[in-house]
Amino acid sequence: MERELRLMKGNEAVAEAAIRAGADGYFGYPITPQSEILEYLMEARPYQTTGMVVLQAESEIAAINMVYGGAACGKRVMTTSSSPGISLKQEGITYIAGAELPCLIVNVVRGGPGLGTIQPAQSDYFQAVKGGGHGDYHLIVLAPASVQEMADFVGLGFDLAFRYRNPVMILSDGAIGQMMEKVYLSPQKERSKEVPEWATTGKPPTRERNIITSLDLDPRAQEVFNQKLIAKYDEIREKEVRYEEFQCQDAEYLLVAYGTSARVCQKSVQLARAEGLRVGLLRPITLFPFPTVRIRELADQVKGMMSVEMSAGQMVEDVMLAANGKVPVVHFGRMGGIVTTPDEVVENLKSKILRV
Amino acid sequence: MTEEIIIAGFGGQGVLSMGKIMAYSGVMEDMEVSWMPSYGPEMRGGTANVIVILSTERISSPIIRSFDTAIILNQQSLDKFEGSVKPGGILIYDGNGITRHPERSDITVYRVDATEEAVRMKSPKTFNMIVLGGFLKVKPVIRLGNVIKGLKKSLPERYHNLIPMNEKALERGMEIIREK
Repeated sequence: MERELRLMKGNEAVAEAAIRAGADGYFGYPITPQSEILEYLMEARPYQTTGMVVLQAESEIAAINMVYGGAACGKRVMTTSSSPGISLKQEGITYIAGAELPCLIVNVVRGGPGLGTIQPAQSDYFQAVKGGGHGDYHLIVLAPASVQEMADFVGLGFDLAFRYRNPVMILSDGAIGQMMEKVYLSPQKERSKEVPEWATTGKPPTRERNIITSLDLDPRAQEVFNQKLIAKYDEIREKEVRYEEFQCQDAEYLLVAYGTSARVCQKSVQLARAEGLRVGLLRPITLFPFPTVRIRELADQVKGMMSVEMSAGQMVEDVMLAANGKVPVVHFGRMGGIVTTPDEVVENLKSKILRV
Repeated sequence: MTEEIIIAGFGGQGVLSMGKIMAYSGVMEDMEVSWMPSYGPEMRGGTANVIVILSTERISSPIIRSFDTAIILNQQSLDKFEGSVKPGGILIYDGNGITRHPERSDITVYRVDATEEAVRMKSPKTFNMIVLGGFLKVKPVIRLGNVIKGLKKSLPERYHNLIPMNEKALERGMEIIREK
């Protein structure tokens, strides 16, 4: 079937893609810069067409726990928010990870800490990739760099969530949420009627009760469960790494950037190459699992790497671990809701790496 | 071809919607487009601006700080963005309420007195279409036919009866724009 062309904001694309991906439920609470998701869904009224539930909860905490409940029933459920709201959801997220339930969480990141600013930032990388809530767990984290990917990663996110029984986060930012671009939308998918065998939908005589919990008071049993999670994360690391490369074949210097910063860096690569500098860009599409192996390979080829993020320097730590001391790795980034410009990146590459 | 444009003015002047119509028109022209608004408190009564990029190639950064064209609709925006036009670029402004006029000599400055003209045409709401018409006259990056198609796409159907009036405003803008 032909994909439908629209001009949409990133936030609207998430909402429309959720309907088309056959989502069963959306539970959210408004916060800038992602309120268009809830607004769009309320206006679209998918409960009249596909039967998808759209509900504005009384708070972010209520919304994530509605997701927990829906996920426990085997439904394709999701929530969206922006940084301060995502912090509120962390308790629910770690419970969902601990209960091994699939769901989709979208964070349209704004600057922090605290209430911070409503302008775009990438300062929630650690929270998304390293945990966020307590306990040893990982989310699968997808980082869209266009409105098209905002739409595409909704369906992909649900698929990965169900394949691994693990919460998936789309880590976006205010710029991608607010900007409009062309987007090709997938055709409407029917909501799944399949009930996963682990779902708590009532006990039939044919099997034992299904129990959804994140609690185990027996330390040995809990450790066995932790090891099971580790094995799952290892499998995800092995099979689900996604990234994109721009002009890396002959690169002497490597930029590493995701999301909005990766868009900026594409232009930086062009500017630098116009000056005769052989610069390439690696754009992680999955932040967990991180493209560690590929960056390690590139460390044998390039003379230095610069991680470009709208933060004080978070992903740079993963780039350093990947480069493992083979080449200098530095960070450049703007904060407070300011988006880096392409020429700023080139200037910093020159001053921080080329003089090394 | 890549055209990087900033449109800036007061909230409520139709800055964001002019950008939207440009972006839709670009889609009709089969170009790549991006539309990046200022958002939040700026939209609520202060200054509003939007960056529109039209290109025949894949668009890299949607957020830029220098522009081929600046379309300026108030004094604050003129003060803020006059310096952001690339040398050799163009600046289009409405003279209404302007006390300090553009001063740069390395860019081409055009004036389109759309506020005045909209009042004369008794349709103040088509103000932004007069400005857009002026832009299209000096930078014909999109064909008028595709702008009308873009207008149809971005306006809800209940407003489609207003399209002829908007078309007239576009044409008027093309007539009244003057190089300074």
